[in-house]
Amino acid sequence: MPVITFKGLKKSYGPVEVIHDIDLVMEDNEFTVFVGPSGCGKSTTLRMVAGLESVTAGQILMDGKEISHLEPIDRDIAMVFQDYALYPHMNVEKNMSFGLRLAKYPKAEISKRVNSVADMLGLKPLLHRKPGQLSGGQRQRVAMGRALVRDSSTLLMDEPLSNLDAKLRVQMRAELAIMREKIDKNIIYVTHDQVEAMTLGDRIVVMQDGYIQQHGTPQQLFETPANKFVAGFMGMPPMNFMDAMLVEESGSLMANGEGFSFQLNTLKNKHHLPASGEVILGIRPSALTPALAGDDSIENTLTLPIKICEYAGALSVLISEIKGSRVSIEVDSKNNFKAGDNIKFSVKPSDVYVFDRNTELAIY
Amino acid sequence: MKSANLNKMTPYFFIAPAGVVLALGLLYPIAYMVYASFLDWNPSQLIGEADWVGFKNYSNLWVDEAFKESMWVTLKFAFIVVSIEIVIGLGLALLLDRNIRGISALRTIFILPMMIAPIVVGLMWRYMYHPSVGIFNRTLKDLGFESIPWLSDSTWSLVSIIIADVWQWTPFIFILCLAALQSLPRSTLEAARIDGANAWQQALYIKIPLMMPVLIVTLLLRLIDAFKVLEVILVMTNGGPGLSTEIMALRISRTASEFRELGAAAAMSNYLLMMLLLLTISMFLYNKFVEQRRQKMLALAEGG
Repeated sequence: MPVITFKGLKKSYGPVEVIHDIDLVMEDNEFTVFVGPSGCGKSTTLRMVAGLESVTAGQILMDGKEISHLEPIDRDIAMVFQDYALYPHMNVEKNMSFGLRLAKYPKAEISKRVNSVADMLGLKPLLHRKPGQLSGGQRQRVAMGRALVRDSSTLLMDEPLSNLDAKLRVQMRAELAIMREKIDKNIIYVTHDQVEAMTLGDRIVVMQDGYIQQHGTPQQLFETPANKFVAGFMGMPPMNFMDAMLVEESGSLMANGEGFSFQLNTLKNKHHLPASGEVILGIRPSALTPALAGDDSIENTLTLPIKICEYAGALSVLISEIKGSRVSIEVDSKNNFKAGDNIKFSVKPSDVYVFDRNTELAIY
Repeated sequence: MKSANLNKMTPYFFIAPAGVVLALGLLYPIAYMVYASFLDWNPSQLIGEADWVGFKNYSNLWVDEAFKESMWVTLKFAFIVVSIEIVIGLGLALLLDRNIRGISALRTIFILPMMIAPIVVGLMWRYMYHPSVGIFNRTLKDLGFESIPWLSDSTWSLVSIIIADVWQWTPFIFILCLAALQSLPRSTLEAARIDGANAWQQALYIKIPLMMPVLIVTLLLRLIDAFKVLEVILVMTNGGPGLSTEIMALRISRTASEFRELGAAAAMSNYLLMMLLLLTISMFLYNKFVEQRRQKMLALAEGG
């Protein structure tokens, strides 16, 4: 399977540039997920790979061969659309075999391929139905089947699960992960849902406003986000942010804010800290743990008034406020916290992320 | 109890004025025509003085060669013009369904012929077809070809009125096809591109099949209209030479005004009406069929 490379990829609509100079390498047999809020340019990027949008500047390479200006059919790709884009007047079998029939494959070969893909996706009993006679999940599967029958090296998926209801989406996500194990293909997948990105992707590319903010494994993005945007985008509930000022106090670095004073002695690249000392601290909701009463040995503590307690089974999310900004905390439901409580939480210095308030870049 | 009854009646009170107008304006003339078709009625007689002849007018028409000829001309004219118009209109729509600079101006120009009054269209074409001063024959002459008897030869005259009708009504099909094309799902067409369909294959395998419901309704509307065409042909050829362009509407008008046989004219009108009714009902049935199939599919999808 080919290595796909973007070199200085740009896209403009008239004078408006929407994709700014993207460089990226997607390795052989990799499941790459483009994720970002709507309008970030992820779908446009995918459609440029598909050949549905023209490339304004730069190159898309497949194993070193430039494909930027080839017709879609000459690119060795198949695509699954958000609204499935099935041909409503053809039955499932005809939908799946349309590309092969256009390419004038022998009949026996076509039916062999359609049958083997239909077997894999459980579409066998539906082969003679038309799209109008299928449920959403079935249509989604047919769209997937149509893309797989083509036997191209690269599979492009544009938000393939977002038209399904929540329960079906989780189910299809699992099926997709299973299917992924069975097929040997590069997959480029676009979604706005960070959970889909985290669970499916070998590698995630986070985009915002036409720029790549960061790319890496789900773990890398979660544990070492490059900036405040990525930190806030990956993870649910999202990371809490609070303003703080850095000060040296008797040899150790302290971050002081409204109602807290944290020690940041795990920070390695202290020379990257802003001279002004203005930073934003980021703490994941799961990193705040209720401090035991009477234990004064913990250094980084924070007392928060609980406004709302969202019970969600084993875990509950407490919503609090600090200086007007929301703080959420994920706790074990057994703690039985209630709205109106004032709770003391502790956080490990290594769990506190520091971002430059001006550049919003993370400092480790 | 009384007020409940009154409440039930309310909608009918509101509908009543429209119902009366409909009955007077639509049903009365039709009933009058149907009644007249059973009479041997001369325009100089009052309708009450005319003799009742039963179905004689209808049966006479079956052996009337001139009527059969005009029926044949009408059918020929209607099916030829509609076929040509569908092919050109659909072709143009497929060609112009894209974003090119100035396309909207072009589209407006295409629709112009439809906006011109039929009498004017007839006059315009009559002058263009004029044997010596018309633009067609002058151009042919300038190019060294022989002139064509556009309106004076019985074969050419049918061709000439077909050309004029195609010119006037192709835009109608064009705009309906264009609207249908533009409402096709974009992603389905993109999927076809990914599947390797070229422009021609996209049109043939995806666009036209998906436009079918619109195409069929358009076709029937145009057929109904083509059966009733009168003014343009009246002005251009007045049915001649001979009976070569005498379509039914023209035959009816001549039977009533020239031959002064109101009963026979009414019977002809009823034949035409029945033919159009047949077309209209088939259109209605087609729509119903499509709707039912859609419902059935939905039910199946929800069940499955």
